[in-house]
Amino acid sequence: MSLTHFFQHFTNAIYLGSLYALIAIGYTMVYGILRLINFAHGELLIVGAFIAYYGILIFHLPWWLSFLVAIALGAFVGVSLDRIAYRPLRQRDAPRISLLVSAIGASFFLQNIGLVIIGGRHKAFYRPPFFAQTTQLGEVSVMNFLFVIPLITLLILGGVFFLVYRTRTGMAMRALAKDYPTARLMGININRIIAYTFALGSALAAIGGIMYAMRYPAIHPLAGVLPGIKCFIAAVVGGIGNVPGAVIGGFLLGFLEIMGIAFFPHLAGYRDAIAFIVLLLILSFKPTGLMGEQVVEKV
Amino acid sequence: MTKKQMLILFIGVVIVAGFLVYANLTFDAYMLRVLNLIAIYMSAALGLCLINGFTGQFSLGIAGFMAVGAYAASLVTLPIAAKETIFFITPLIWPFNSLELPFVAGIIFAAIVTAIFSFLIGFPVLRLRGDYLAIATLGFSEIIRVVSTNTVSITNGALGLRSIPPYTNIWWSFGFAAFALFVIWRLINSSYGRAFKAIRDNDVAAEAMGIGLFKHKLLAFVVGSTLAGVSGAFLAHLLTAIDPAMFRFFLTFNVLLMIVLGGMSSITGAVLGASIVTFLFEFLRYLDSPMDLGFITIPGAPGLRMVIFSTLLIVMILFRRQGLMGSKELTFEWIEKQLARFGGKKGKPREGDNHANP
Amino acid sequence: MLGKRFGVLLVLLAFIMVFSGTGLADEVRIGVYEPLTGPMAAGGQMTLEGIRLAHALYPTVLGKEVRLFVEDNKTDKAEAALTVSRLIELHRVNAIIGSYGSSLAMSGGPVAKTAGIPVMGCSPTHPLVTQDNDYYFRACFIDPFQGHIMATYAYHTLGIREVAIIQDIAQDYSVGLAHFFREAFVELTGDPASVVGMSSYQTLDTDFTAQLTYLRGLNPEAVFAPGYYGDVALLITQARELGMEIPFLGGDACEAPEFIEIGGENVEGVAISTHYSADAPVTEESTKFVDAFYEKYGHAPSAFAALGYDAYLLILDAIQRADSTDPQDIRDALAQTEGFEGATGFITMDEGGDAVKTGIILQVEDGEFKYAGSVEPQ
Repeated sequence: MSLTHFFQHFTNAIYLGSLYALIAIGYTMVYGILRLINFAHGELLIVGAFIAYYGILIFHLPWWLSFLVAIALGAFVGVSLDRIAYRPLRQRDAPRISLLVSAIGASFFLQNIGLVIIGGRHKAFYRPPFFAQTTQLGEVSVMNFLFVIPLITLLILGGVFFLVYRTRTGMAMRALAKDYPTARLMGININRIIAYTFALGSALAAIGGIMYAMRYPAIHPLAGVLPGIKCFIAAVVGGIGNVPGAVIGGFLLGFLEIMGIAFFPHLAGYRDAIAFIVLLLILSFKPTGLMGEQVVEKV
Repeated sequence: MTKKQMLILFIGVVIVAGFLVYANLTFDAYMLRVLNLIAIYMSAALGLCLINGFTGQFSLGIAGFMAVGAYAASLVTLPIAAKETIFFITPLIWPFNSLELPFVAGIIFAAIVTAIFSFLIGFPVLRLRGDYLAIATLGFSEIIRVVSTNTVSITNGALGLRSIPPYTNIWWSFGFAAFALFVIWRLINSSYGRAFKAIRDNDVAAEAMGIGLFKHKLLAFVVGSTLAGVSGAFLAHLLTAIDPAMFRFFLTFNVLLMIVLGGMSSITGAVLGASIVTFLFEFLRYLDSPMDLGFITIPGAPGLRMVIFSTLLIVMILFRRQGLMGSKELTFEWIEKQLARFGGKKGKPREGDNHANP
Repeated sequence: MLGKRFGVLLVLLAFIMVFSGTGLADEVRIGVYEPLTGPMAAGGQMTLEGIRLAHALYPTVLGKEVRLFVEDNKTDKAEAALTVSRLIELHRVNAIIGSYGSSLAMSGGPVAKTAGIPVMGCSPTHPLVTQDNDYYFRACFIDPFQGHIMATYAYHTLGIREVAIIQDIAQDYSVGLAHFFREAFVELTGDPASVVGMSSYQTLDTDFTAQLTYLRGLNPEAVFAPGYYGDVALLITQARELGMEIPFLGGDACEAPEFIEIGGENVEGVAISTHYSADAPVTEESTKFVDAFYEKYGHAPSAFAALGYDAYLLILDAIQRADSTDPQDIRDALAQTEGFEGATGFITMDEGGDAVKTGIILQVEDGEFKYAGSVEPQ
């Protein structure tokens, strides 16, 4: 493989990795506080993308307004999801398994209601022209959009850090993540904090979904499944609940996927398995993730 | 078992067998197919019930094991001539390309291969708990699917296998379901079963009491997955054509729905759940196509079936998470009580009976 | 109390629904099984448009009314078998049309064969669909020929001597077509190394950059991508983003309006093989079909709609010739179809039950699929 090739692969990997990182942040936040694998997170991605899509198509909103509306509505959908499918179980102190089953049900529900209403055929997502242009850096082609994504990710990281470490709500979130029962005893309004967490996580999902749709401008109701799982894996790899870890996990996964195929092109068909193999390796050797802390099991 | 219980069992078996004979003679091919599917899913649900419900290990990998069983059995029973036609891009490897064995051999081979797979997979996976176990088993299931799509020389990849001899009939499928029922029932009512339930309820305490956690988890996992694998083999010989796309997460979702509906910790629940969900799956097909009721035509909404199923799952888990049966079973005692009540109504006064009006 | 009565009503309704397959003997029943949901929904829906149009234009045969029973097989093989079984047992159809998607057709085939009901496929192109199955026919050509079409076009019209292939490894259609294209191309060039490289992806994948960068490095003159329209449109878009200007070639599964919607200018100039072109009507029936289609649906018909239309007409023609609605007679008459004038051309069934027809090549020009040539059957 020539050097140019390598650089092109490298660029592709950064591109993919930054997308995964962006989406993984939302996943990890919700899990960190709720200890819930929100299976429906992948669907929240696509819900955001579709709201943006229809905003442009039906309501003729300018693209940036449509995106903002999608993020807001996406947060709303996420909070509703919690209200309907998860909160009742929490209030009954249901076992974790029940939450997981509910999440799986919610995920399938969103996918299929999308199929019924929208249909299964791909829809072309709008791409603002500036993003679509490619720049040539030497022999390597780079889409302008590539420069935007890490920027957005950094902004989001900054925003999230501010929220979590500099606000009272954020402190409550951290308390909840660290010690759920005690936080309850301390009088924190659990349901409200969780709703905030979901709102934030779903808004991030919507942002991630829109970014994803701009990168791969063909969306359909099932398009969120694979990125959802892969980004969950990225979050686990980085250390679930750990936001910088999610970013690292996302990039790592993106790199492994692209470089794996770059060095072993005949394994291209196995590409989707790479994420799962990485998951199993991490779970076998360092289940708390690369940046996770060792959690001592108290009996 | 008391003599009375054996009599009840005997009568029960006769009724079921009689129904099957009747079905075999009078039902058309479509309804027979649905009946077979019910039995096959019943076996898979029983397997999942053992792992998830009784031992509390939330495995989402059942589809992968069904795939393993399906392919293992089919590769062994497919006629050699068919193999050459089907594997026309990449030839099938030895020894499969020269094997053509009877159905029983296929089933046994499927059981052995699935047992080995689940044994090996159990090692890394069963050390995990709760959500991680779930996602790890899901991961393995997906890996199996991706690998089977790519290892064309064994599975024929996306082209899949077809012309699988249609060996599955009512007797095989229900026979195996009965066998699975028997195995699980015996396992649950033994010291192993008690250990499983102890692990499910509180594994730390169980370990403190001296129960070997890993050994028991592995046992449940292997037995449950093997049952699922063999049910996959039956599925292959019913559909006569399989491909990797059939065994994706959607299949696991369906089996999961069955045990959630029936009651995760109930054998009767698994049986009920499988029957109801499979039947509903067919029955609700009406919602997908336009309904012509003569006077009005309701336009169909394809995909509505799955919306209903996922709603059903959520509703069940929210409002009745123990499912229809909870942890209860259809026991002999219950049957005896019902019969006694029936006998009591016929005029024979018994102590403590309420003389309820019909 | 209310619950009980409601329950009884529900059960009654259930019975009505389950058994509303019993019908009148004075009608001809044709079943249709297509993927109306799932990844292949586009193809199934397009085909259904054509079938319904044909039904609207030709609602009777031999003095009897024709009734259509449409079932959705959800792009699932198990469902495909079940829907065929249902059409046969519950709805008691005399003949069946379907399915888009060769793997689905291959699942439904054995069921129909066992029951002795003939099936006319509209667009499944995999050879195994009709092989060993006397009851399965198709109105379209098969993939060995389709591979030959694009290989010929690449070699003779575009002058390509070195090509790369990227296939959807999870679709038997794609794997098969890639294989046949490769065979045909190597035969034309006489050099196995003329296919410089082959890569794969899975259906509904979105990122093809690694595979495309790899192929780019092998310097092919063109790339053949026999996948489904959504994936291929994305793929070509990414290829252009990577600076690949070489021509891309596709198969009939690329023919969908979404291909152009998603690909935009990136797919300008892409050529695909297909069964039919609205701007190159080959028979009088073609013109009639196109006009009626525009009137009913308001947009141009796809090849799948045209094939659906022809499938319906072929069955009616067979019934007419057999002068009977008995499935066995229909089957025999279908096997003897010769020179039948359909919308997609003059159709003759060969011994395998496959249609011998001309292959059409379409090219994307100014945001539309335009006729770009044809290849005669060998």
